[in-house]
Amino acid sequence: MAEFIQSFSVWGVTLTLGAFALGTWVNKKTGLALFNPLLLGGIFVMIFLSLVQIPLGEYRQNVQFLSYLLLPATVSLAIPLYEQWQALKENTLAILCGIAAGSLTSMCSIFVMSWMLELDPALSASLMPKSVTTAIGAEVAVELGGISSLAGAMIIMTGIVGNLSAATLCRMCRIRNPVARGVAIGTGSHAVGTAKALQMGRVEGAISSLSIAVAGVLTAVICPFLANFLP
Amino acid sequence: MKYVFQFARIMGFCLAGELLYALLPLPIPAGLYGLVLLAAALLTGKVKLEQVKEAGDFLSSLFPLLFVPTVAGVMDVWGLISGNLRPILIAVVPVTWGVMAVAGRVTQWIMNRRGENG
Repeated sequence: MAEFIQSFSVWGVTLTLGAFALGTWVNKKTGLALFNPLLLGGIFVMIFLSLVQIPLGEYRQNVQFLSYLLLPATVSLAIPLYEQWQALKENTLAILCGIAAGSLTSMCSIFVMSWMLELDPALSASLMPKSVTTAIGAEVAVELGGISSLAGAMIIMTGIVGNLSAATLCRMCRIRNPVARGVAIGTGSHAVGTAKALQMGRVEGAISSLSIAVAGVLTAVICPFLANFLP
Repeated sequence: MKYVFQFARIMGFCLAGELLYALLPLPIPAGLYGLVLLAAALLTGKVKLEQVKEAGDFLSSLFPLLFVPTVAGVMDVWGLISGNLRPILIAVVPVTWGVMAVAGRVTQWIMNRRGENG
């Protein structure tokens, strides 16, 4: 079975699209935020791969085409950013302070937790940059002595939590301003959360993608400093 | 053809981003350089919105789909995760909520204050 499937050159991409479409369908049918297309899609792929016994590595290799698209997709976030430039320019100080406060909260929380639970340094290092985009976070984690694949998993799990809870959290914390919502989502849960922010509105999406960039750079600068004091 | 040229322009900015990443010794990914360059080009009028709009919107709408393989990749480090479930769950769930709440509230607070003063 595995061999037959792998004889198709587009099996991985088709599987990904099918899993995502099925996830979207379940999401629409149930209307539950927890049944997020991205999360369900990933789980369906996992289930399929283990059923037909194709190793994850083979799948990854086949869907490399999709990861190539991450670069132009990221660059394209400049478009909503440009369209919302007015909202951004008028609130530069508030946006920057919000991102800095959020990034510091993230790193300091992990730092304190590492001390209190006496975590393994490699685990702490992999958790520290968990709120920023994979491209920056995985690199920072390795620099601090963390494990790249573990850091990647932490980052994606954080993104899913952000994506799933963004709407509820903003409502419960009474974050009503679209700019503030964008900052919250981008700073806390990077591009995976931004996918949700884009659905909430164009201002939210634009500010969220800006926040990814700023939070990423801040984290890359501050993390190595904090890591010196890890247990 | 319009969409092909839009796509080509965006790829041009990707290439420029990768070039900067290779040249500069900063831990900033190529995509962020490209994003800033394209935003700058749009703001200065070097590139018009209609020269990138549809292809760009299509590409950024792909985001959730593009992360599906990454989510599936969590399977690979499951052993490491299940061995440290407690700290990982704390870091991933309440800490993320805290970060979002702080970032959003601080932004909103400053914006409201400025609104009252101005």
